[in-house]
Amino acid sequence: MRFERREHPVAAITIGAPVLAVTVSLLLAGGLIALAGAPVLAAYASIFTSAFGSKLALTETLTRAIPLMFTGLAAAVAFRAKVWNIGAEGQLYMGALAVAATGLWITAPPVVTIPVLIMVGALAGMVLLIIPVFMRVRFGVDEVVTTLLLNFIVLLFVSLAIEGFLRDPLAFGWPQSVPIPDEGRLPKLVDRSRLHLGLVIAVGFAVMVYLIQRFTVFGLQSRAAGESPTGAAFAGVPITRTLLGVACLSGGLAGVAGAVEAMGVKGFVSTDLSPGFGYSGIVVAMLANLNPIGVIFAALFVAAVFVGADGMSRSMEVPTFIADVTVSLALLTMLIALFFAAYRVRW
Amino acid sequence: MLRPPALALKGISKSFGPITANADISISLQTGEVIALLGENGAGKTTLMNILFGHYMPDAGSVEIEGKPLTLGKPRNAIAMGVGMVHQHFSLAPNLTVLENIMTGTEPLFSLRSKTDAARAKLTELAERFGLLVDPDAFVSDLSVGEQQRVEILKALFNDCRILILDEPTAVLTQPEAEQLFRLLRVMATEGLSIIFISHKLHEVMNGADRVVVLKAGRLVAERQTSETDKAELAELMVGHQVKRPTRGKTVPGPVVMKAVDVTLMQDGHKRLANVNFELHENEVLSIIGVSGNGQAQLAQVLSGLAKPSSGTIEVLGHLSTALTPAELTELGVARIPEDRNTEGAIGALSLWQNAILQRISDPRFSKRGIIRGKAAETYTQEILDNFDVRGGTPQTEARLLSGGNLQKLILGRNLSENPRILIAAQPARGLDEGAIAEVHRRLLEARGAGAGILLISEELEETMLLADRVQAIVNGRLSPPVATDKLDSRQLGFMMAGEWGALEHAI
Repeated sequence: MRFERREHPVAAITIGAPVLAVTVSLLLAGGLIALAGAPVLAAYASIFTSAFGSKLALTETLTRAIPLMFTGLAAAVAFRAKVWNIGAEGQLYMGALAVAATGLWITAPPVVTIPVLIMVGALAGMVLLIIPVFMRVRFGVDEVVTTLLLNFIVLLFVSLAIEGFLRDPLAFGWPQSVPIPDEGRLPKLVDRSRLHLGLVIAVGFAVMVYLIQRFTVFGLQSRAAGESPTGAAFAGVPITRTLLGVACLSGGLAGVAGAVEAMGVKGFVSTDLSPGFGYSGIVVAMLANLNPIGVIFAALFVAAVFVGADGMSRSMEVPTFIADVTVSLALLTMLIALFFAAYRVRW
Repeated sequence: MLRPPALALKGISKSFGPITANADISISLQTGEVIALLGENGAGKTTLMNILFGHYMPDAGSVEIEGKPLTLGKPRNAIAMGVGMVHQHFSLAPNLTVLENIMTGTEPLFSLRSKTDAARAKLTELAERFGLLVDPDAFVSDLSVGEQQRVEILKALFNDCRILILDEPTAVLTQPEAEQLFRLLRVMATEGLSIIFISHKLHEVMNGADRVVVLKAGRLVAERQTSETDKAELAELMVGHQVKRPTRGKTVPGPVVMKAVDVTLMQDGHKRLANVNFELHENEVLSIIGVSGNGQAQLAQVLSGLAKPSSGTIEVLGHLSTALTPAELTELGVARIPEDRNTEGAIGALSLWQNAILQRISDPRFSKRGIIRGKAAETYTQEILDNFDVRGGTPQTEARLLSGGNLQKLILGRNLSENPRILIAAQPARGLDEGAIAEVHRRLLEARGAGAGILLISEELEETMLLADRVQAIVNGRLSPPVATDKLDSRQLGFMMAGEWGALEHAI
């Protein structure tokens, strides 16, 4: 058996493969549900209704998708330039923490406060990623290791901050940061739900990233630098500057994820702000095949699986691990599907 | 009874989608015979040999070895029947010794004892019988390319092969190494081996083979005994029409456009370039010729703005070039053709239009305030494709889908369409077939006629004699004084490449 690269990708396969992958992953997850002793079809129905079945369910799914869109975009822009940013989780927390700290100082109407806080969050994420990327281009330090390990350092730093200099004195001893001022809270999109303006911002950023990649000099140069550093250098692409630019964009997006989550959902920073949004962003980016518009839909899918599986586990007494397993299966089947979209099999 | 041929290919056909790689090809090979499989790039030579060795399954046809049918589709069967293949890109592990490399795959994976002594004895016997001298305990990473090829051949012989296939064996060799290889093949043939080698170089086919099989567009178009044919006929059979080689007319060299003074380059503790001096004029081709690995790659890097010399200066059109980036050099009118078109000259995953404009992306024609002008870039690329006869793609096609010759024409096109003042061409015709080589050479001479100063970095005598007005040899990072090619013959040039220029009479 041999694999031959398709010269011309078949449109039906390119679009059909992800759909098939998601379907297969749900079927496989069905086997696990059966193994857990629950009726499979009822469980599926429960997942679906818990994710989309009511206004509350739908808004919860959308709310959950917002940070995944940002971290998914962060991973997508980095991976496209072959910058392996595994540190979105840390950049997210750094962004959120910077927002909380800045909130102490700022007194301005929401039209000013909200954009300023988002930019502060982006800046914090940028700084956190520029360091490892600079170390890579300058000294050849593997950024997979440095960005990953920075996540743990940042999380400990957050603990230090919210139990120390940023501690909320009115929180009855709970480790959480000072609240973000009301002027910095994102307005709700739907009454009596958690869904906030962040959804619009996230979709806007996805479109912006798409436009940058498709139409700008920076977009082309970053792709060239990722695909072939020697080829790009020969053509005069400033490699260091380009990769640092990618670091700014990617780290900035992850920082915004934290800022928006803190400003939209919680209103303060705690160490449970993110249940691994940074890592799930990698899955989202891969499911989207690194396409920024695809990230929107991939984030919705992952969010729906998580929210739906939560609901199902409550009503069916199936462990919530099913959600993690389903998302992981989706990633694996997606990677296999992408392979078959790019290669054909011959005997 | 008549002895069956060592190898018989019968009616082999193979197509990839709409492309026919092989159409009804039948070849027979006698014991002790050397045949050359000649054809342009893409004629189907490699596909045919990959079918024989089991890498591909043919759509139709069969193979017989010494009268017995070979089950196709598995290299293991081919090896067991005595077929050995030496690929163009070697498959040796650099961190193992010669002996270890040769034994790899010959022993069961789970046996605890390795029969090293027996293997060593067999290897020594083979090496002596065929004159393939290599140290069995040397690490492959320490061997020259020519020696590595010998190890590959020994590996095939170690597996008791009686039919040896070599895919473009001379592509990576220097002239003397190539000559040695063909002497070796001759010895092996007299020892009873049957040999097929793939080539698109006419002179080595004439020298190395008993018989030539010419493929063109997947079909067998001719078979000739080398004693009954000549290069001209083979070239015509291979290309389908007569190849017109360009000729160099007279020009009057203009003022100096590029000047290197005492350029020295240290890399990894080695002196790669030592006090290099040259002057390049308008309207001329200056060739820097040498055997591979004598500093050509480093010279190209320094001149292309990718490496900074440790000392010395390079002046380009009145600017100090060491202070310039590749993008600034391009803007100044310095065109560059890199030695390796696949890793430096183009980015396979990007489209042709992206590859065409990447080095001029800041040019106001192609971008404005950071936004790419896609339409303009595509029009520009389409013009290159038309004017330079680049086939097999539109501006939207990914570069990896172009053949080597067409990719090289695109690289030439994006440089020459801007009427450069200086062209640095590092082995511009490397790995191309006869038709494409003639085309590249014609374009270079055209640019020279239009006033460009061309610095040609070459390893080919023929190319240098054809194109260059003046030549300097490069040996161990040192350059000889310049000599006018009119006053040289190939033999003298060969001496220069060997580093003997003490008594040069015609230095200018």
